[in-house]
Amino acid sequence: MTRWVMVADLKRCVGCQTCTAACKQTNATPPGVQWRRVLDMEEGEYPDVRRVFVPVGCMHCADPPCMTVCPSTATRRRPDGIVTIDYDLCIGCSYCAVACPYQARHKTDRASFAYGGAPSRAERKRFDGRRLAVATKCTFCVDRIDAGTAKGLTPGVDPEATPACVNSCIAAALHFGDVENPASNVSRLLAENRNFRMHEELGTGPGFYYLWE
Amino acid sequence: MDRIAPWLQTNWDRRAAGNFIGGGTGAGLAVFAAASELAGGTPQRWAYLLAAIFIAAGLSLVWIEIGRPWRFLHVFFNPHTSWMTREGLVALPLLVALAAAAWYGGAALASVAALLALVFVYCQARILRASRGIPAWRDPSIVPLIGATALAEGVGAWFVLNFVAGAAPGGFVLVLALLALLARWIAWTAYRRSLARRGAPTASRKALQAIGLQLLVLGTIAPIVLIAASLGFADYARPLALAAGLLGLAEGWLIKDTIVLRAAFNQGFAVPHMPRLNPASGDSGIRQGWS
Repeated sequence: MTRWVMVADLKRCVGCQTCTAACKQTNATPPGVQWRRVLDMEEGEYPDVRRVFVPVGCMHCADPPCMTVCPSTATRRRPDGIVTIDYDLCIGCSYCAVACPYQARHKTDRASFAYGGAPSRAERKRFDGRRLAVATKCTFCVDRIDAGTAKGLTPGVDPEATPACVNSCIAAALHFGDVENPASNVSRLLAENRNFRMHEELGTGPGFYYLWE
Repeated sequence: MDRIAPWLQTNWDRRAAGNFIGGGTGAGLAVFAAASELAGGTPQRWAYLLAAIFIAAGLSLVWIEIGRPWRFLHVFFNPHTSWMTREGLVALPLLVALAAAAWYGGAALASVAALLALVFVYCQARILRASRGIPAWRDPSIVPLIGATALAEGVGAWFVLNFVAGAAPGGFVLVLALLALLARWIAWTAYRRSLARRGAPTASRKALQAIGLQLLVLGTIAPIVLIAASLGFADYARPLALAAGLLGLAEGWLIKDTIVLRAAFNQGFAVPHMPRLNPASGDSGIRQGWS
């Protein structure tokens, strides 16, 4: 079996938000909606201050609470671990949003554009009305993965089959691959580095690992 | 700076709170109307109609909150795991049973309606319990709290109805009312303790603490004293029961409003370890806004 996961090396992330920009560009998310974010977490007072940049988004959980609660079955989990939303089934009740412990879900009721009321040419071309008033979130660029694997490419290795955020990372902090394959890039990283998953105590089994040592 | 500590959820607003308020009050009213009827009290059939109106109004509020209201039939697609689907599935026969109890009367229909009302409230409680992103909702003790609150709201609505109808609640119902009010306070206390034990966002606990004293005095002690007084002063039984009912009802609505809107802080973000570039540096993580 395959399970696609993402790995973020907290020792490498510099908080440049290139992944955020790449995600917005690739997925044409509206203003204010960021499927991939990088948190700037800071604690303490000068001179004893600690700071870390933490990429977050949908964790593509093994036991996704968003899927369990969804009354319409719009949210599903594929056999390869990717959690998807069927925009044509979703009723926009936002139950998934309150069930998600990672604040990964977004709902925009009206179309909005970067430069005022009118869409730019690019925005008009890529506007998808199906995404209005329904839940949206990171898809792990599932269309890229599916198209890439259909060509025999390896997600996480071949850029054409890899999520845009991972491709764009300037510090090689983001990685993507099959955690069920012991020889994969992510399996090796997890074996060689100490890691954690966010809010693991909630039992959701996130598919997003953070390397910290 | 990014929001790291838990912040108030904005996905569900007052319309969602209205569903829990309407559902709880309507279901509680149905239960007390049936209990009174089964105990030999004068049947008040329009109580079932009012219960149905409360429940339907709550569901209508949800309907106007969802992003794609004309896809409402999709809500029935996931009975396997979704308590929202189950709430919808129970709502249909419940509304029919309430309408039948109001139209035809009879203890059997009243009993069926009351039973379905209890199941409906249980579904609503489990909706909150399944919301793993909101610590104040996902606590297991939310289930008995929502159930007990619904019963106490039912007491309130039943007493108000009796006053309007020119009747005084019977002795058996008064005893049940006292028990419901006590059960609500016990469930509330257990809920607060459970949150303290399991951990919850500090802001959530503050929001709940802010109504604790009011709930004890106005929502529990005062209505219990008023009900006890109504037993001793028969001439004033109706206004005393009315006052107890209004207090029981209002404080129940306050609980729902607080839980759904003011205490509904999300999980926030946290890291259990900081990245360690220097082996000599500490690795304790960051988690803000929790106690």
